[in-house]
Amino acid sequence: MRKVQIAVVGGGPAGLAAAVSACEAGCRDILILEREDCLGGILKQCIHNGFGLHTFKEELTGPEYAQRYIDKAIEYGIESRCGTMVIDVTKDRKITCVSRSAGLEEIEADAIILAMGCRERPRGSLAIPGWRCSGIYTAGTAQRFVNMEGIMPGKKVMILGSGDIGLIMARRMTFMGAKVEACVELMPFSAGLKRNIVQCLDDYGIPLLLSHTIIDIAGRDRIEGVTVAEVDEKLKPIPGTEKYYECDTLLLSVGLIPENELSQMAGVEIAPATNGAVVDEALRTSVDGIFSCGNALHVHDLVDFVSQEAEAAGKNAWLHVKGELPEAAERIRIREGNGVMGVVPQYVTSGARGSVTLMFRPRGVYKNASVTVSAGEEKLLTRRHRILAPGEMVSMKLDAALLEGRPGLSEITVSVEV
Amino acid sequence: MIYDVLITGGGVVGCAVARELSRFDLNIILLEKSSDICAGQSRANTAIIHGGYDAKPGTLKAKYNVAGNAMFDDICEELEVRYRRNSSLVVSFDEADDGRLTELLERGRKNGVQKLSIIGAEEIRRREPHISPKATKALLVGTGGIVCPYGLTIAYAENAARNGVRFVRNMEVSSIEKSGGLWRVSCGEKSFSARAVINCAGIHSDEINNMVSEDKFHISPRSGEYYIVDKKYAGYFNAAIFQLPTKMGKGILVAPTVDGTLLIGPTAEDIDEKEDSRTTRAGLDKILREASMTWEEIPTRSFITTFSGIRAHSDRDDFILGEAPDAELFFNAGGVESPGLTSAPAIARYLAELTAERLKAAPNEKFIPTRRAIPVFREMSADERARAIAANPDYSKVVCRCETVTEAEIRQAIRRPVGARTMDGIKLRVRAGMGRCQAGFCTPRTIEILCEELGLDPLEATKAGRGSKLLSHYLFERGSAEDA
Repeated sequence: MRKVQIAVVGGGPAGLAAAVSACEAGCRDILILEREDCLGGILKQCIHNGFGLHTFKEELTGPEYAQRYIDKAIEYGIESRCGTMVIDVTKDRKITCVSRSAGLEEIEADAIILAMGCRERPRGSLAIPGWRCSGIYTAGTAQRFVNMEGIMPGKKVMILGSGDIGLIMARRMTFMGAKVEACVELMPFSAGLKRNIVQCLDDYGIPLLLSHTIIDIAGRDRIEGVTVAEVDEKLKPIPGTEKYYECDTLLLSVGLIPENELSQMAGVEIAPATNGAVVDEALRTSVDGIFSCGNALHVHDLVDFVSQEAEAAGKNAWLHVKGELPEAAERIRIREGNGVMGVVPQYVTSGARGSVTLMFRPRGVYKNASVTVSAGEEKLLTRRHRILAPGEMVSMKLDAALLEGRPGLSEITVSVEV
Repeated sequence: MIYDVLITGGGVVGCAVARELSRFDLNIILLEKSSDICAGQSRANTAIIHGGYDAKPGTLKAKYNVAGNAMFDDICEELEVRYRRNSSLVVSFDEADDGRLTELLERGRKNGVQKLSIIGAEEIRRREPHISPKATKALLVGTGGIVCPYGLTIAYAENAARNGVRFVRNMEVSSIEKSGGLWRVSCGEKSFSARAVINCAGIHSDEINNMVSEDKFHISPRSGEYYIVDKKYAGYFNAAIFQLPTKMGKGILVAPTVDGTLLIGPTAEDIDEKEDSRTTRAGLDKILREASMTWEEIPTRSFITTFSGIRAHSDRDDFILGEAPDAELFFNAGGVESPGLTSAPAIARYLAELTAERLKAAPNEKFIPTRRAIPVFREMSADERARAIAANPDYSKVVCRCETVTEAEIRQAIRRPVGARTMDGIKLRVRAGMGRCQAGFCTPRTIEILCEELGLDPLEATKAGRGSKLLSHYLFERGSAEDA
């Protein structure tokens, strides 16, 4: 059986950044396993710009952003194996993968970084009534057809959900000559970034129908139209508000779900709030030597933050291989308080050094609110925000020194105070 | 060309009849109006091998249910179809209703159903830890099981084709006449001549029968909607859990499928139009309301899809089987609704033997009774996987991530006899796109493979035939990127 020091599952932005940073930290035995035929992950199809403002201080397209990391991986001589699908990961870090070149193969790793990314929620999970016709795609699938295959799925488009990929695709479909009728969002706020609402919908006069949903799909063979209705506070359609929109395509942008089938095979504990692994500040999962980062850990808004998180995972995996990562003996639980969902990491190790990055999504839209981290009654950290919204992930750095000298501290709480 | 037998309808009954008839030295053709076999109620149903306790004693439903049930072990072994004898439970959730279980038990015994017993609350909970604590008593049906309904239909078709039956899809019958002692079956411009016709047209079986016989019947379509729950709940329920039956059907059930998902449904609504396979808000809500009696905390976040199937409910309230009284060599399998899937093997054997006898057919000496399933990568051991890849490298390319379906399986689904011609066809044969992402990731690649195999342009590829095209137009002239 082949042995490596660090195996990275996934050659998208997270896996690439993790591998590059592990190499920069000193590891010379890294293997990236990628199921598609080339590296880059979902960035390959994200041909719009806006990537890299934080990381490179310039605006890049998705493929350009990915290429920066791919170039580095090549420069460092990091081995990557494309067309290789990992089909099993065990608790004792044995990986089984299949590829045309090597057939079925087992690889043993001292550390594994799980960076499989995420997938889109499909129609079925929403149980939208109506016909089961063709012409209904998740926004990312349509993005692949348009940007990579050069084929348009349709000409008259409705979009359900206001996730970022849906917004980006509203603009892309418009650029490519399609008519985007409207973007329909169930919640009273968008799930996407403010800048995408402005640059992808407003600039092209595409209406964003907040507090609306699709209640019926027409079209026996190919979709012919959808019925949209307004919803009340309980998100139930309001009778009498129905309106029919003709369309030949429905794109769904109704949420992303971290892909963790492999994590679960390895026995990694999954957090229901994020659908990703439960991790500590070093991005260690519940299984010794297995780390998680990027959209497989929790869904990010910006690839720049994926890269940052993955870099930390890469460095820590290398420390683990060298036996230099402090053992996670005692841990402090990070609880989700008022207005906070999906906080990552879920634990901080007692005695951790440096700053700990806490990320979460606000449960609703809050204006002039503050985010606090508290230990019991005591507030350790408070930050004011002009606006908080579920579409924009909050990231804050907590100085680990603040947790020192508190014997018996078992949990801290992150909450939003209006 | 004059066929000995022409079968209308490629559902489970039509395909099973085709296979059973291929045991005889006959020239057989099967016409299916849709783009693929298994396009109607055989595709969208409860996927249960019913015990036979529910049908009224003395009816054809009772007779063929019990007979069909007993045939499943042999058939599924011969044709390599996924099935499981996991038992059924009919559960009472109110002591006032317990007596009705005894009625069902007695009815079942009258029908000749074996392995029936009544169990108490404790035994119910021992078997089904996730069932509502309100369960008081249950009828345990030991012969109950589950089967992959499209797996069975396709297996029958493949085996029939291998034994010489000709399958023609996209061929809808428009009229049937007797001419020169033969049945002349017209499908628009085309027509076929046959000595005998077997009507297996499901929800349209009344229309076919009424073209030739004065002994008319009428099918009123009855829709049933369902939810499918993600396979992370595999093993949550062991048996198929029924509630007490109602006048409209066997009520809402929660049942495992052979693929590890759970099925919740169906509703039973009489509808106006036979092909109206829409799901409705009212129907889907009703399922949740009623199923919560069985399963109190249904994980609504874990649904992967919903669908609706149309049952062929006839005005005779029973199967209509055999030769029409006024149309010689015209045979009916009409009004076959639940328990039609369970009954199909027995109905097929009966009709095939009857037809063969009437045509004085000799046995087919070359009949091959077995059919090998497409080897499923997901279910192989590590050694089997290594061997499969060595023999066919396409087994190393996983296309559908959720269900771990490889390129090798998809290509076989297309290349087999009566192979897939559409995306749905691939899905039904090898589960590509049937998992939790519902084809988000694998659609582009699957279309590519379908087009490679069939020599199609991607713009011609369909979800399920007719107008269900998947893509609209090219952004650039094809090939221009390479030329530039």
